[in-house]
Amino acid sequence: MVVFEKPHALTDAPLHYCPGCTHGIIHRLVAEAIDELGIEGKTIGIAPVGCAVMAYDYFACDMIEAAHGRAPAVATGAKRANPDNIVFSYQGDGDLASIGTAETVHAAARNENITVIFVNNAIYGMTGGQMAPTSLPGQVTQTSPYGRDPKVCGYPVKVCEMLAQLDGPEYLERVAVNSVANVRAAKKAIRKAFQNQIDGKGFSLVEVISACPTNWGKTPQEALKWIDEAMIPYYPLGVYKDRSKEAAQ
Amino acid sequence: MAKVTFATDTCKGCGLCVDACPKGLLQLSKEKINKKGHHPAEITNQDECVGCASCAIMCPDCVITVER
Repeated sequence: MVVFEKPHALTDAPLHYCPGCTHGIIHRLVAEAIDELGIEGKTIGIAPVGCAVMAYDYFACDMIEAAHGRAPAVATGAKRANPDNIVFSYQGDGDLASIGTAETVHAAARNENITVIFVNNAIYGMTGGQMAPTSLPGQVTQTSPYGRDPKVCGYPVKVCEMLAQLDGPEYLERVAVNSVANVRAAKKAIRKAFQNQIDGKGFSLVEVISACPTNWGKTPQEALKWIDEAMIPYYPLGVYKDRSKEAAQ
Repeated sequence: MAKVTFATDTCKGCGLCVDACPKGLLQLSKEKINKKGHHPAEITNQDECVGCASCAIMCPDCVITVER
């Protein structure tokens, strides 16, 4: 009996991501959630600008490519026009937390009934490793060769904490994909984010701490370790908002 | 009996599966080179595999299929 195979909601196209990039794991978790909930035929995905720009080649559902950062706005339109469809956006930190901050915050404030998968790898991957709004203080990138200095560049944006201040969003959780246990927890969170939309509960965002071995200048193994040592202490994992759970208590 | 198979040509040789195996059964091939030019992952001792799928869970490229 097959206990693990490639999910049906992923196409056979080989992923273009670098070796050890955990985008592939997150793609798979989204596809597994789509498979398990049986929603492949009515799901619409919104691809971002960034490394995942070609996600439309990899997901077997309908996909739309949004302008940089505008995925939550496009998702809002798609969902309002087709309320029976399941709409998710898949965005990186340069897309969602920088140029798309306004769209993200307001989609959350309106409690749009969409699912957002936010991949946070603390760097601009596709353009060659520049400092992102989520880069850690002291982190060396192409545009912060002496380490990010908060006096000059400000402090990182903690998206889950920021959105948790709003009354709008239904569900916010931060997970990581650097170990088997964390990947299992991430899968549960992503599935719940889709289930919330099916149940009509509203805006669900899952922030996934992801590795970028190439632009961090590390091996895939070192990159996963760095998530444990540097990323998770700054971006603590956990549920930041779960309104239906709060209401039940 | 558990069995793992690798879609060797899509493997990028990142080695995340090698570290994920709780029994240390996987390695990156020392002799083989795949279409992409990477040393693909392979199993050293199929008989000892328990089919926990930890390797497949950590594989970013869905290279691994696990049967039990």
